[in-house]
Amino acid sequence: MLNISGISEGFVLDHIQAGMSLRIYHDLKLDKLDCAVAIIKNAKSNKMGKKDIIKVECPIEALDLDILGFIDHNITVNVIKGSVIVEKRALTLPKQVKNVIRCKNPRCITSVEQELDQIFLLTDEKKEVYRCKYCEEKYTNPNRRK
Amino acid sequence: MRHLMSPLDFSVEELDKLLDLANDIEKNPDKYAHACAGKKLATCFYEPSTRTRLSFEAAMLNLGGSVLGFSEAGSSSAAKGESVSDTIRVISCYADICAIRHPKEGAALVASQKSLIPVINAGDGGHQHPTQTLTDLLTIRSLKGRLSDITIGLCGDLKFGRTVHSLINALIRYKNVHFVLISPEELRIPSYIRDDVLRANQVEFEEVERLEDAMTRLDVLYMTRVQRERFFNEEDYIRLKDYYILTKAKMELAKEDMLVLHPLPRVNEISVEVDSDPRAAYFKQAQYGVYVRMALILTLLGIQVD
Repeated sequence: MLNISGISEGFVLDHIQAGMSLRIYHDLKLDKLDCAVAIIKNAKSNKMGKKDIIKVECPIEALDLDILGFIDHNITVNVIKGSVIVEKRALTLPKQVKNVIRCKNPRCITSVEQELDQIFLLTDEKKEVYRCKYCEEKYTNPNRRK
Repeated sequence: MRHLMSPLDFSVEELDKLLDLANDIEKNPDKYAHACAGKKLATCFYEPSTRTRLSFEAAMLNLGGSVLGFSEAGSSSAAKGESVSDTIRVISCYADICAIRHPKEGAALVASQKSLIPVINAGDGGHQHPTQTLTDLLTIRSLKGRLSDITIGLCGDLKFGRTVHSLINALIRYKNVHFVLISPEELRIPSYIRDDVLRANQVEFEEVERLEDAMTRLDVLYMTRVQRERFFNEEDYIRLKDYYILTKAKMELAKEDMLVLHPLPRVNEISVEVDSDPRAAYFKQAQYGVYVRMALILTLLGIQVD
Protein backbone atom coordinates (compact mmCIF):
# COMPACT_ATOMS: atom_id res chain seq x y z
CA MET A 1 0.00 0.00 0.00
CA LEU A 2 1.22 3.45 -0.93
CA ASN A 3 1.81 5.73 2.04
CA ILE A 4 1.17 9.44 1.97
CA SER A 5 1.76 11.42 5.12
CA GLY A 6 -1.19 12.92 6.99
CA ILE A 7 -2.20 16.55 6.76
CA SER A 8 -2.65 19.01 9.59
CA GLU A 9 -5.37 21.19 8.04
CA GLY A 10 -7.40 20.63 4.91
CA PHE A 11 -9.53 17.97 3.28
CA VAL A 12 -9.46 14.32 2.42
CA LEU A 13 -11.89 13.58 -0.38
CA ASP A 14 -12.58 9.87 -0.25
CA HIS A 15 -14.67 7.43 -2.29
CA ILE A 16 -14.13 9.30 -5.54
CA GLN A 17 -15.08 7.16 -8.51
CA ALA A 18 -11.88 5.71 -9.98
CA GLY A 19 -10.67 7.94 -12.78
CA MET A 20 -12.52 11.08 -11.67
CA SER A 21 -9.82 12.64 -9.48
CA LEU A 22 -8.17 14.72 -12.18
CA ARG A 23 -11.46 16.26 -13.24
CA ILE A 24 -12.16 17.15 -9.62
CA TYR A 25 -8.64 18.57 -9.30
CA HIS A 26 -9.45 20.98 -12.12
CA ASP A 27 -13.06 21.74 -11.16
CA LEU A 28 -12.03 22.59 -7.58
CA LYS A 29 -9.33 24.79 -9.14
CA LEU A 30 -6.66 23.06 -7.07
CA ASP A 31 -4.14 23.89 -9.79
CA LYS A 32 -4.51 27.54 -8.80
CA LEU A 33 -3.92 26.94 -5.07
CA ASP A 34 -0.42 27.14 -3.69
CA CYS A 35 -0.72 24.10 -1.45
CA ALA A 36 0.19 20.46 -1.16
CA VAL A 37 -2.15 18.14 -3.03
CA ALA A 38 -1.94 14.36 -3.21
CA ILE A 39 -3.93 12.48 -5.80
CA ILE A 40 -4.25 8.77 -5.27
CA LYS A 41 -5.66 6.85 -8.21
CA ASN A 42 -7.12 3.37 -8.25
CA ALA A 43 -6.73 2.71 -4.54
CA LYS A 44 -8.28 -0.53 -3.29
CA SER A 45 -11.75 -0.14 -1.82
CA ASN A 46 -13.99 -2.72 -0.18
CA LYS A 47 -17.06 -0.73 -1.10
CA MET A 48 -16.16 0.31 -4.65
CA GLY A 49 -13.44 -2.09 -5.81
CA LYS A 50 -11.29 0.82 -6.96
CA LYS A 51 -11.47 4.44 -5.91
CA ASP A 52 -9.58 7.71 -6.12
CA ILE A 53 -8.64 9.88 -3.12
CA ILE A 54 -7.54 13.51 -3.03
CA LYS A 55 -5.77 15.03 -0.04
CA VAL A 56 -5.45 18.80 0.11
CA GLU A 57 -3.38 20.67 2.69
CA CYS A 58 -5.02 24.10 2.89
CA PRO A 59 -7.03 26.41 5.16
CA ILE A 60 -10.52 24.91 5.26
CA GLU A 61 -12.17 28.09 4.02
CA ALA A 62 -9.99 28.07 0.90
CA LEU A 63 -12.11 25.54 -1.00
CA ASP A 64 -15.65 25.81 -2.31
CA LEU A 65 -16.90 22.26 -2.25
CA ASP A 66 -20.36 22.91 -3.71
CA ILE A 67 -19.22 21.70 -7.06
CA LEU A 68 -18.38 18.27 -5.62
CA GLY A 69 -22.05 17.66 -4.95
CA PHE A 70 -22.71 18.30 -8.62
CA ILE A 71 -19.93 16.00 -9.84
CA ASP A 72 -20.77 13.17 -7.43
CA HIS A 73 -22.50 13.64 -4.13
CA ASN A 74 -21.40 10.19 -2.92
CA ILE A 75 -17.87 11.48 -2.33
CA THR A 76 -16.92 11.51 1.35
CA VAL A 77 -15.51 14.83 2.50
CA ASN A 78 -13.36 14.62 5.63
CA VAL A 79 -12.45 17.97 7.12
CA ILE A 80 -9.09 17.89 8.91
CA LYS A 81 -7.97 20.29 11.60
CA GLY A 82 -5.12 19.70 14.02
CA SER A 83 -4.35 16.49 12.11
CA VAL A 84 -7.66 14.88 13.07
CA ILE A 85 -10.98 14.52 11.27
CA VAL A 86 -13.24 17.17 12.80
CA GLU A 87 -16.15 16.80 10.39
CA LYS A 88 -17.54 14.48 7.75
CA ARG A 89 -19.36 16.83 5.47
CA ALA A 90 -22.44 15.61 3.61
CA LEU A 91 -22.65 16.72 0.01
CA THR A 92 -25.85 17.93 -1.54
CA LEU A 93 -26.68 18.86 -5.10
CA PRO A 94 -25.97 22.56 -5.54
CA LYS A 95 -28.94 24.63 -6.68
CA GLN A 96 -26.75 26.26 -9.31
CA VAL A 97 -23.46 25.48 -11.02
CA LYS A 98 -21.55 28.27 -12.64
CA ASN A 99 -18.89 27.92 -15.33
CA VAL A 100 -18.29 24.21 -14.79
CA ILE A 101 -20.18 22.72 -17.72
CA ARG A 102 -21.06 24.33 -21.02
CA CYS A 103 -24.42 24.42 -22.77
CA LYS A 104 -24.27 22.28 -25.88
CA ASN A 105 -27.36 23.74 -27.53
CA PRO A 106 -26.15 25.51 -30.70
CA ARG A 107 -29.25 27.74 -30.54
CA CYS A 108 -28.45 28.98 -27.00
CA ILE A 109 -27.42 32.63 -26.56
CA THR A 110 -24.30 31.41 -24.69
CA SER A 111 -23.07 29.87 -27.95
CA VAL A 112 -22.61 33.33 -29.47
CA GLU A 113 -22.04 35.60 -26.47
CA GLN A 114 -18.95 34.03 -25.01
CA GLU A 115 -18.62 36.40 -22.07
CA LEU A 116 -21.83 35.13 -20.48
CA ASP A 117 -21.48 32.90 -17.43
CA GLN A 118 -22.47 29.30 -18.10
CA ILE A 119 -25.13 28.79 -15.46
CA PHE A 120 -27.09 25.59 -14.88
CA LEU A 121 -29.95 25.34 -12.41
CA LEU A 122 -31.14 22.25 -10.54
CA THR A 123 -34.68 21.72 -11.85
CA ASP A 124 -35.40 18.20 -10.57
CA GLU A 125 -33.57 17.14 -7.43
CA LYS A 126 -34.89 13.58 -7.51
CA LYS A 127 -33.72 12.89 -11.05
CA GLU A 128 -30.66 15.15 -10.63
CA VAL A 129 -31.61 17.22 -13.66
CA TYR A 130 -29.81 20.46 -14.41
CA ARG A 131 -30.94 22.84 -17.12
CA CYS A 132 -29.23 25.78 -18.77
CA LYS A 133 -30.53 28.96 -17.16
CA TYR A 134 -30.95 30.59 -20.56
CA CYS A 135 -32.31 28.00 -22.99
CA GLU A 136 -33.36 25.25 -20.51
CA GLU A 137 -31.35 22.61 -22.37
CA LYS A 138 -31.03 19.56 -20.16
CA TYR A 139 -27.63 18.48 -18.88
CA THR A 140 -27.28 14.83 -18.04
CA ASN A 141 -24.44 14.10 -15.69
CA PRO A 142 -22.43 11.30 -17.31
CA ASN A 143 -20.88 10.41 -13.95
CA ARG A 144 -24.13 9.96 -12.12
CA ARG A 145 -24.04 6.74 -10.06
CA LYS A 146 -27.01 4.44 -10.38
CA MET B 1 -39.49 45.84 -11.84
CA ARG B 2 -41.21 43.06 -13.68
CA HIS B 3 -40.31 41.38 -16.97
CA LEU B 4 -42.08 38.75 -19.03
CA MET B 5 -39.87 35.87 -20.10
CA SER B 6 -42.26 32.92 -20.01
CA PRO B 7 -46.04 32.61 -19.76
CA LEU B 8 -45.47 30.99 -16.37
CA ASP B 9 -44.06 34.22 -14.96
CA PHE B 10 -47.66 35.10 -14.13
CA SER B 11 -49.66 33.07 -11.62
CA VAL B 12 -53.09 31.85 -12.72
CA GLU B 13 -54.67 34.67 -10.69
CA GLU B 14 -52.40 37.30 -12.27
CA LEU B 15 -53.16 35.86 -15.67
CA ASP B 16 -56.90 36.07 -15.02
CA LYS B 17 -56.48 39.72 -14.11
CA LEU B 18 -54.46 40.38 -17.27
CA LEU B 19 -57.04 38.65 -19.49
CA ASP B 20 -59.86 40.54 -17.72
CA LEU B 21 -58.02 43.77 -18.48
CA ALA B 22 -57.62 42.73 -22.13
CA ASN B 23 -61.35 42.04 -22.37
CA ASP B 24 -62.11 45.44 -20.85
CA ILE B 25 -59.80 47.07 -23.41
CA GLU B 26 -61.69 45.22 -26.15
CA LYS B 27 -65.02 46.57 -24.89
CA ASN B 28 -63.87 50.10 -23.99
CA PRO B 29 -60.94 51.05 -26.24
CA ASP B 30 -61.52 54.79 -25.75
CA LYS B 31 -60.94 54.51 -22.03
CA TYR B 32 -57.35 53.38 -22.68
CA ALA B 33 -56.57 55.60 -25.69
CA HIS B 34 -54.22 57.90 -23.75
CA ALA B 35 -53.12 55.60 -20.94
CA CYS B 36 -49.49 55.51 -22.17
CA ALA B 37 -49.20 59.11 -23.36
CA GLY B 38 -45.55 60.15 -23.15
CA LYS B 39 -44.31 56.56 -22.84
CA LYS B 40 -42.09 54.82 -25.41
CA LEU B 41 -41.91 51.17 -26.41
CA ALA B 42 -38.66 49.93 -27.99
CA THR B 43 -39.09 46.98 -30.33
CA CYS B 44 -35.70 45.28 -30.66
CA PHE B 45 -36.13 42.63 -33.33
CA TYR B 46 -32.93 40.76 -34.18
CA GLU B 47 -34.82 38.53 -36.60
CA PRO B 48 -37.69 39.49 -38.88
CA SER B 49 -41.20 39.10 -37.53
CA THR B 50 -43.45 41.69 -39.02
CA ARG B 51 -46.55 40.35 -37.33
CA THR B 52 -45.36 40.29 -33.74
CA ARG B 53 -43.56 43.60 -34.10
CA LEU B 54 -46.54 45.37 -35.64
CA SER B 55 -48.82 43.87 -33.01
CA PHE B 56 -46.63 45.34 -30.26
CA GLU B 57 -46.42 48.67 -32.05
CA ALA B 58 -50.19 48.77 -32.64
CA ALA B 59 -50.74 47.98 -28.96
CA MET B 60 -48.54 50.88 -27.82
CA LEU B 61 -50.03 53.30 -30.37
CA ASN B 62 -53.56 52.30 -29.27
CA LEU B 63 -52.53 53.28 -25.74
CA GLY B 64 -51.40 56.71 -26.88
CA GLY B 65 -47.69 55.91 -26.53
CA SER B 66 -44.97 55.96 -29.16
CA VAL B 67 -42.58 53.37 -30.55
CA LEU B 68 -39.00 53.10 -31.74
CA GLY B 69 -36.74 50.21 -32.61
CA PHE B 70 -35.14 48.06 -35.24
CA SER B 71 -36.52 45.14 -37.20
CA GLU B 72 -33.47 43.06 -38.09
CA ALA B 73 -30.04 42.48 -36.62
CA GLY B 74 -28.36 43.94 -39.70
CA SER B 75 -29.78 47.39 -38.97
CA SER B 76 -28.74 47.35 -35.31
CA SER B 77 -25.40 47.55 -33.58
CA ALA B 78 -25.50 43.75 -33.22
CA ALA B 79 -24.06 43.72 -36.75
CA LYS B 80 -21.03 45.51 -35.28
CA GLY B 81 -20.72 42.84 -32.62
CA GLU B 82 -22.46 44.53 -29.69
CA SER B 83 -23.76 42.14 -27.03
CA VAL B 84 -27.42 41.93 -26.06
CA SER B 85 -26.48 43.13 -22.56
CA ASP B 86 -24.87 46.29 -23.88
CA THR B 87 -27.69 46.99 -26.33
CA ILE B 88 -30.36 46.78 -23.63
CA ARG B 89 -28.40 49.08 -21.31
CA VAL B 90 -28.43 51.69 -24.05
CA ILE B 91 -32.09 51.10 -24.98
CA SER B 92 -32.97 51.53 -21.28
CA CYS B 93 -31.91 55.17 -21.67
CA TYR B 94 -34.22 55.72 -24.64
CA ALA B 95 -37.47 53.90 -23.84
CA ASP B 96 -39.79 52.97 -20.97
CA ILE B 97 -40.39 49.35 -21.95
CA CYS B 98 -38.82 46.96 -24.46
CA ALA B 99 -40.02 44.01 -26.53
CA ILE B 100 -37.13 41.86 -27.76
CA ARG B 101 -37.02 39.11 -30.34
CA HIS B 102 -33.79 37.24 -30.93
CA PRO B 103 -32.94 34.02 -32.80
CA LYS B 104 -30.91 32.67 -29.88
CA GLU B 105 -32.62 30.98 -26.95
CA GLY B 106 -32.31 32.82 -23.66
CA ALA B 107 -31.43 36.18 -25.26
CA ALA B 108 -34.39 37.94 -23.64
CA LEU B 109 -33.36 36.65 -20.22
CA VAL B 110 -29.86 38.02 -20.78
CA ALA B 111 -31.42 41.37 -21.67
CA SER B 112 -33.67 41.40 -18.59
CA GLN B 113 -30.69 40.86 -16.29
CA LYS B 114 -29.10 44.15 -17.32
CA SER B 115 -32.15 46.17 -18.20
CA LEU B 116 -33.40 49.21 -16.31
CA ILE B 117 -36.83 48.96 -17.99
CA PRO B 118 -39.35 46.08 -18.23
CA VAL B 119 -38.37 43.57 -20.93
CA ILE B 120 -40.91 41.48 -22.81
CA ASN B 121 -39.68 38.34 -24.53
CA ALA B 122 -41.17 38.59 -28.01
CA GLY B 123 -39.67 35.22 -29.00
CA ASP B 124 -36.22 33.73 -28.36
CA GLY B 125 -35.45 31.15 -31.03
CA GLY B 126 -37.36 27.94 -30.51
CA HIS B 127 -37.61 28.53 -26.79
CA GLN B 128 -40.41 30.81 -25.55
CA HIS B 129 -42.92 33.17 -27.09
CA PRO B 130 -45.04 34.22 -24.11
CA THR B 131 -47.12 36.95 -25.75
CA GLN B 132 -48.30 34.45 -28.36
CA THR B 133 -49.37 32.22 -25.48
CA LEU B 134 -51.19 35.09 -23.78
CA THR B 135 -52.90 35.74 -27.12
CA ASP B 136 -53.92 32.08 -27.42
CA LEU B 137 -55.25 31.98 -23.86
CA LEU B 138 -57.24 35.18 -24.36
CA THR B 139 -58.68 33.87 -27.65
CA ILE B 140 -59.75 30.53 -26.17
CA ARG B 141 -61.14 32.11 -23.00
CA SER B 142 -63.02 34.80 -24.91
CA LEU B 143 -64.51 32.51 -27.56
CA LYS B 144 -64.99 29.34 -25.49
CA GLY B 145 -65.73 31.04 -22.19
CA ARG B 146 -63.25 28.87 -20.29
CA LEU B 147 -59.71 27.53 -20.17
CA SER B 148 -60.52 24.38 -18.22
CA ASP B 149 -62.42 21.28 -19.39
CA ILE B 150 -61.21 21.36 -22.98
CA THR B 151 -59.69 18.89 -25.43
CA ILE B 152 -57.11 20.69 -27.52
CA GLY B 153 -55.36 19.28 -30.58
CA LEU B 154 -51.91 20.65 -31.34
CA CYS B 155 -50.97 19.89 -34.92
CA GLY B 156 -47.85 20.22 -37.04
CA ASP B 157 -44.36 21.05 -35.88
CA LEU B 158 -44.45 20.14 -32.20
CA LYS B 159 -40.67 19.74 -32.00
CA PHE B 160 -39.48 23.23 -32.86
CA GLY B 161 -42.82 24.99 -32.44
CA ARG B 162 -42.25 27.19 -29.42
CA THR B 163 -45.83 28.47 -29.42
CA VAL B 164 -46.95 24.91 -28.78
CA HIS B 165 -44.49 24.36 -25.94
CA SER B 166 -45.49 27.60 -24.25
CA LEU B 167 -49.19 26.88 -24.68
CA ILE B 168 -48.87 23.42 -23.12
CA ASN B 169 -46.99 24.88 -20.16
CA ALA B 170 -49.70 27.47 -19.66
CA LEU B 171 -52.71 25.18 -20.11
CA ILE B 172 -51.61 22.44 -17.72
CA ARG B 173 -52.39 24.85 -14.89
CA TYR B 174 -56.11 24.59 -15.69
CA LYS B 175 -58.33 21.68 -14.73
CA ASN B 176 -59.20 18.84 -17.03
CA VAL B 177 -57.34 19.91 -20.15
CA HIS B 178 -56.71 16.98 -22.49
CA PHE B 179 -54.01 17.26 -25.15
CA VAL B 180 -53.98 15.49 -28.49
CA LEU B 181 -50.52 15.89 -30.02
CA ILE B 182 -50.70 15.49 -33.79
CA SER B 183 -47.37 15.37 -35.62
CA PRO B 184 -45.17 13.27 -37.88
CA GLU B 185 -42.61 11.09 -36.10
CA GLU B 186 -39.76 13.54 -36.83
CA LEU B 187 -41.56 16.53 -35.37
CA ARG B 188 -42.93 14.98 -32.16
CA ILE B 189 -42.99 16.93 -28.93
CA PRO B 190 -39.55 17.05 -27.22
CA SER B 191 -39.02 14.70 -24.30
CA TYR B 192 -38.68 17.53 -21.81
CA ILE B 193 -42.27 18.55 -22.50
CA ARG B 194 -43.56 14.97 -22.60
CA ASP B 195 -41.80 13.82 -19.43
CA ASP B 196 -41.13 16.88 -17.31
CA VAL B 197 -44.30 18.81 -18.10
CA LEU B 198 -47.09 16.44 -19.14
CA ARG B 199 -46.20 13.20 -17.36
CA ALA B 200 -44.74 14.96 -14.30
CA ASN B 201 -48.04 16.79 -13.79
CA GLN B 202 -50.21 13.75 -14.59
CA VAL B 203 -51.75 15.55 -17.54
CA GLU B 204 -53.74 13.41 -19.97
CA PHE B 205 -52.32 13.41 -23.48
CA GLU B 206 -52.12 11.23 -26.55
CA GLU B 207 -49.88 11.32 -29.60
CA VAL B 208 -51.31 10.60 -33.06
CA GLU B 209 -50.02 10.96 -36.61
CA ARG B 210 -53.25 11.49 -38.54
CA LEU B 211 -55.26 14.67 -38.09
CA GLU B 212 -58.45 12.84 -39.11
CA ASP B 213 -58.06 10.47 -36.14
CA ALA B 214 -58.30 13.31 -33.66
CA MET B 215 -60.69 15.72 -35.33
CA THR B 216 -64.04 14.55 -33.91
CA ARG B 217 -62.98 14.91 -30.26
CA LEU B 218 -61.47 18.40 -30.33
CA ASP B 219 -62.82 21.59 -28.77
CA VAL B 220 -59.85 23.54 -30.10
CA LEU B 221 -57.51 22.72 -33.00
CA TYR B 222 -54.25 24.62 -32.89
CA MET B 223 -52.45 24.44 -36.23
CA THR B 224 -48.79 25.36 -36.66
CA ARG B 225 -46.50 26.02 -39.58
CA VAL B 226 -43.40 23.95 -40.25
CA GLN B 227 -40.76 26.67 -40.08
CA ARG B 228 -37.93 26.68 -42.56
CA GLU B 229 -35.65 28.67 -40.24
CA ARG B 230 -35.71 25.94 -37.55
CA PHE B 231 -34.14 23.35 -39.86
CA PHE B 232 -30.44 22.95 -40.48
CA ASN B 233 -31.24 20.73 -43.44
CA GLU B 234 -33.35 21.99 -46.37
CA GLU B 235 -34.30 18.45 -47.46
CA ASP B 236 -35.96 17.69 -44.12
CA TYR B 237 -37.94 20.92 -44.35
CA ILE B 238 -39.22 20.17 -47.85
CA ARG B 239 -40.22 16.63 -46.86
CA LEU B 240 -42.22 17.72 -43.81
CA LYS B 241 -43.76 21.04 -44.77
CA ASP B 242 -46.86 19.61 -46.49
CA TYR B 243 -47.56 16.87 -43.96
CA TYR B 244 -50.80 18.42 -42.66
CA ILE B 245 -53.24 20.54 -44.60
CA LEU B 246 -56.56 21.47 -42.99
CA THR B 247 -59.31 21.41 -45.61
CA LYS B 248 -63.05 21.91 -45.71
CA ALA B 249 -63.49 18.13 -45.93
CA LYS B 250 -61.53 17.60 -42.70
CA MET B 251 -63.51 20.39 -41.02
CA GLU B 252 -66.68 18.38 -41.66
CA LEU B 253 -65.43 15.82 -39.15
CA ALA B 254 -65.12 18.44 -36.41
CA LYS B 255 -67.55 19.55 -33.71
CA GLU B 256 -69.84 22.43 -34.64
CA ASP B 257 -68.26 24.72 -32.08
CA MET B 258 -64.62 23.68 -32.48
CA LEU B 259 -62.20 26.60 -32.78
CA VAL B 260 -59.36 26.62 -35.29
CA LEU B 261 -56.40 28.66 -34.09
CA HIS B 262 -53.07 29.38 -35.78
CA PRO B 263 -50.31 31.70 -34.59
CA LEU B 264 -49.90 32.91 -38.23
CA PRO B 265 -48.41 33.38 -40.72
CA ARG B 266 -49.76 30.31 -42.42
CA VAL B 267 -48.23 28.95 -45.57
CA ASN B 268 -50.51 26.22 -46.85
CA GLU B 269 -51.37 24.21 -43.73
CA ILE B 270 -54.84 25.74 -43.60
CA SER B 271 -56.56 25.79 -46.95
CA VAL B 272 -58.01 29.22 -47.83
CA GLU B 273 -61.45 27.62 -48.22
CA VAL B 274 -61.53 27.14 -44.43
CA ASP B 275 -61.33 30.91 -43.81
CA SER B 276 -65.07 31.40 -44.35
CA ASP B 277 -65.94 28.68 -41.81
CA PRO B 278 -67.28 30.37 -38.65
CA ARG B 279 -65.03 28.09 -36.60
CA ALA B 280 -61.90 29.61 -38.15
CA ALA B 281 -60.71 31.97 -35.41
CA TYR B 282 -57.14 32.75 -36.47
CA PHE B 283 -57.77 36.27 -37.67
CA LYS B 284 -59.74 37.09 -34.52
CA GLN B 285 -56.77 35.65 -32.66
CA ALA B 286 -54.52 38.28 -34.25
CA GLN B 287 -56.88 40.99 -32.97
CA TYR B 288 -56.82 39.48 -29.47
CA GLY B 289 -53.03 39.63 -29.73
CA VAL B 290 -53.18 43.40 -29.77
CA TYR B 291 -55.56 43.58 -26.79
CA VAL B 292 -53.43 41.26 -24.69
CA ARG B 293 -50.24 43.17 -25.52
CA MET B 294 -51.98 46.39 -24.52
CA ALA B 295 -52.95 44.79 -21.20
CA LEU B 296 -49.39 43.54 -20.77
CA ILE B 297 -47.78 46.91 -21.44
CA LEU B 298 -50.11 48.56 -18.91
CA THR B 299 -49.43 45.85 -16.33
CA LEU B 300 -45.63 45.92 -16.65
CA LEU B 301 -45.56 49.72 -16.59
CA GLY B 302 -47.82 49.66 -13.52
CA ILE B 303 -50.38 51.96 -15.15
CA GLN B 304 -53.93 51.71 -13.86
CA VAL B 305 -56.87 53.18 -15.73
CA ASP B 306 -60.01 53.88 -13.71
